[in-house]
Amino acid sequence: MLKCRKLTAILIGILLVVTMVGCGKTSTNTAKDTVKIGLNLELSGAVAEYGQKGQNGANLAIEDMNKKGGVLGKQVEAIALDNKSDNAESASVAASLAQKGIVGIVGCMTSGRTEAAIPVGLQYKLPMISPTGTASEVTVDKATNAVRPYVFRVCFLDPFQGQVMAKFATDELKVKKAAVLFDSSNDYSKGLAQAFETNFTAAGGTIVDKEAYIEKDKDFKATLTKIKAANPEVIFVPGYYNEVGLIVKQGRELGITVPFTGGDGWGSPQLVQIAGAEALANTFFCNHFSASSTDPKVQAFVQAYKAKYNSEPDGFAALGYDAAALMMDAVQRAGSTDPAKVTEALAATSGFQGVAGTITMDKNHNPVKAAVIIGFDNGKEIVKATIKP
Amino acid sequence: MESFKNSRIKNIILPVVGVAALYMIVQFLISSELLNPYYQIILFLIGINIILAVSLNLINGITGQFSIGHAGFMSVGAYMGAVCTVKLGYPFVVAIIAAFLVAGIMGLFIGVPTLRLRGDYLAIATLGFGEIVRVVLLNIDYVGGAAGIIGIPQLTNWAWLFGSVVITIVVIQNFIRSSHGRACIAIREDELAAELMGVNTTLYKVLAFSIGAAFAGLAGALYAHYFFLIQPTNFNFLKSFDILVMVVLGGMGSTSGCVLAAIFLTIISALLQSFTEVRMILYALVLIIVMIRRPQGLMGNKELSLNLLGKFRRRDKHAAVRDKVTE
Amino acid sequence: MSEFTQQVINGLALGSIYALIALGYTMVYGIIKLINFAHGDVMMVGAYVGYFSITLFGTNLVVALIFSMVVTAILGVAIDYLAYKPLRKSSRIAALITAIGVSLFLEYVFVWLFTPSSRSYTQNVISQKAYHFMANQVTITGKDILILSVTVILMLLLQYTVKKTRVGKAMRAVSLDQEAALLMGINVNRIISFTFAVGSALAAAAGVLIGVYYNSIDPLMGIMPGLKAFVAAVLGGIGSIPGAVAGGYILGILESLVSGYGSSLYRDAVAFGVLILILLIKPTGIFGQDTGEKV
Repeated sequence: MLKCRKLTAILIGILLVVTMVGCGKTSTNTAKDTVKIGLNLELSGAVAEYGQKGQNGANLAIEDMNKKGGVLGKQVEAIALDNKSDNAESASVAASLAQKGIVGIVGCMTSGRTEAAIPVGLQYKLPMISPTGTASEVTVDKATNAVRPYVFRVCFLDPFQGQVMAKFATDELKVKKAAVLFDSSNDYSKGLAQAFETNFTAAGGTIVDKEAYIEKDKDFKATLTKIKAANPEVIFVPGYYNEVGLIVKQGRELGITVPFTGGDGWGSPQLVQIAGAEALANTFFCNHFSASSTDPKVQAFVQAYKAKYNSEPDGFAALGYDAAALMMDAVQRAGSTDPAKVTEALAATSGFQGVAGTITMDKNHNPVKAAVIIGFDNGKEIVKATIKP
Repeated sequence: MESFKNSRIKNIILPVVGVAALYMIVQFLISSELLNPYYQIILFLIGINIILAVSLNLINGITGQFSIGHAGFMSVGAYMGAVCTVKLGYPFVVAIIAAFLVAGIMGLFIGVPTLRLRGDYLAIATLGFGEIVRVVLLNIDYVGGAAGIIGIPQLTNWAWLFGSVVITIVVIQNFIRSSHGRACIAIREDELAAELMGVNTTLYKVLAFSIGAAFAGLAGALYAHYFFLIQPTNFNFLKSFDILVMVVLGGMGSTSGCVLAAIFLTIISALLQSFTEVRMILYALVLIIVMIRRPQGLMGNKELSLNLLGKFRRRDKHAAVRDKVTE
Repeated sequence: MSEFTQQVINGLALGSIYALIALGYTMVYGIIKLINFAHGDVMMVGAYVGYFSITLFGTNLVVALIFSMVVTAILGVAIDYLAYKPLRKSSRIAALITAIGVSLFLEYVFVWLFTPSSRSYTQNVISQKAYHFMANQVTITGKDILILSVTVILMLLLQYTVKKTRVGKAMRAVSLDQEAALLMGINVNRIISFTFAVGSALAAAAGVLIGVYYNSIDPLMGIMPGLKAFVAAVLGGIGSIPGAVAGGYILGILESLVSGYGSSLYRDAVAFGVLILILLIKPTGIFGQDTGEKV
């Protein structure tokens, strides 16, 4: 009985301490008079990597803006909460952020988490900008074909990328036979693969083999052997760089010499580290931006990011930057922190210069922006072409 | 006669009044918008977690079958419910019942083949089943594959949730207190002895799995109809682990312990939203420390009852006897 | 034919890794009847130690391997001492739950310390040479050879230790009958610690090899291989050392073939399917013995 009381007492103690700390944190936040932006990001869990990069980018954007004097004369402050890469948490985080007097939410990095927070955004009438949620459902309700009033994004959609890469395969690489290797545990990859297939076959090509892998896989030799035996002229791998790096490396080791192509999930300095410069020769992918671009705005961002975080930024960081920057820009244009006005300003965005491209919102709250096709020269990214939509 | 009337009040009228009062207070708070949506989400999560913990407790704590794939049953219920409302257009009631039944049948499918397995092997097999369910769902396009099902109408309201929690606790608690429950406890204590004493271990093991699974399915359907979107990744091993921690912390074998632990851990999890990395480390430490220092968890296999509260005030003969029997 | 050969070669490399990890599982289970859920994560720690050894201290592969094995062995002993030893007399479920706790603890401490991003071993740790056969259809790389040779050497070392040394004899005695071994004057706790040390060292070797072979490590890398290695150990007969090796290779080759000829979508499900089949048909595995249940 004594032991039980002791344990209960300890647990209640923990509860109290955590409550106080948790509440304490919020109270200090509301003390200053700042413009607050909520960050609903995957900071732990399966896709924690993307969330953390996105947070880095967003924080840098806010810091940059604050150095220039902030927004509407006030400093900007980020309130970040972790949705643990879980849908229920994402909704809970969005609701929690909504209590803190924010103008809008930057988040989430993945489509599923963003979608889970949609009802909350609707309820509180708060604008949400997703940095890298690429599924069409995020901004448009498929059942009614209506645009979701409070959701925006700064990345282009899967269908667009698939179209771009299919065109690249038929027009630039001039091939007729392709193999597709996609991540079946990831709706982004699946969507991209689907879009590629549709566009490629419509242009007269054939898909000789379609294989899948699962996120976090490390061994692709068996699957690549099968693909090799089907004799494709190009292999489309619309996955994330962690697995893509390994796929390209192992493919080259197996003796596959045909080009590999992919989508913006490839965009990360880690890709070279994983795959090795040699393997990346004769590979191409489509992205929002490239750290090696000569555009001064991009270079300024890359240098600042390197200085602050001691590593090169990837696509997630760049888009996190843009999402936060766009939110602040919208507040500036709206001239007020009223979420409704900010939402209107977002919908009217035109020619916003982000580090990952210039953004103009279309009627579906999706950005109309160009894509760059990137190749590799001895491990360094080089921009091969820029495709406008 | 006096004591009979007292026990009547204690065992039936007081709890009913208490429960009804709790329902009405919260319903008032929600309808009058005093309870903001953030707290509402936590409240609903608590309810769902209570159902999950109590149902897992039936399998793990009461019957001693170590199952760590509970999220698999939850996902089956969630998907079944979502398919009923979103794809087939049936009303919520149908979705709930379908989820309950299908998950229960799933429990049957798990219970029968694993009859011969004990302890660690059973645990791994259930983990395997949970993963297989997830992989299969990932590859079925009808339910959206990796993208899952989106646009699930928010049909779970406080009435449904509260009713489900109460029904779950009442049904499972009554099961435990009945001769069926005692058979399960016998299996937990010493399966071979139970078998030799004539307990139909096969029947009860499968029954425990099925009932536990069915209620997990119910929780899944409620979850789906509150959170708008479900994907296979929502129901991975980490979710099973979350539920397991609740059961372990609360005390394997104690329903009220599980309820308390579910409430406690859900709130802690919400409060730790700002402390990203530390949360999982804390959970893991809680598990290890509880197992080493106090493996029976908070409540052991005692139940929180009005008798227990009465112990603090006075001891009467009947209470003492009742306590001895339920210990 | 050439595709099949290539798949088998792929499977051998994969199988070597599973075998190394499975050995640790099987030895610990044989001795204290515990499924060390944290074993896969011990492998992950080994991979990270090797990574830091190569990138921070600039050692070569062999030194990194040995260093990692030593450090991880110490970790294994520490885990046993802190988490499993207090529960030696408790129920198996309690120990299993604790093991799950340790597993998650290791994973998330590493996420906290090293971020969830993956890191790469430097490219030229070993030669990148590749040998092509059968009209360029079959490739064996220097890394394939490395993995196979390291695994074989370690296994031979282990076999020698278990069969020919006194410590090995003591290990076999403790796993047969702990009480009798105690009565015969064997320091059971010491032997158990030793077993953890050896098992963890082997897991560390697997981790470093994964780092070199696949060139990518991250804090959550131990989960899947750990689970699959467990399946391999059960397949071969848990508690049996040759069984773990056989199970590892069989599972590796089976996975490659399923990926190659069936659907790569279901590759993970294959491992679990195998597990459930084995548990249903012959729970003691290929090399295991049915000891029956004493009442």
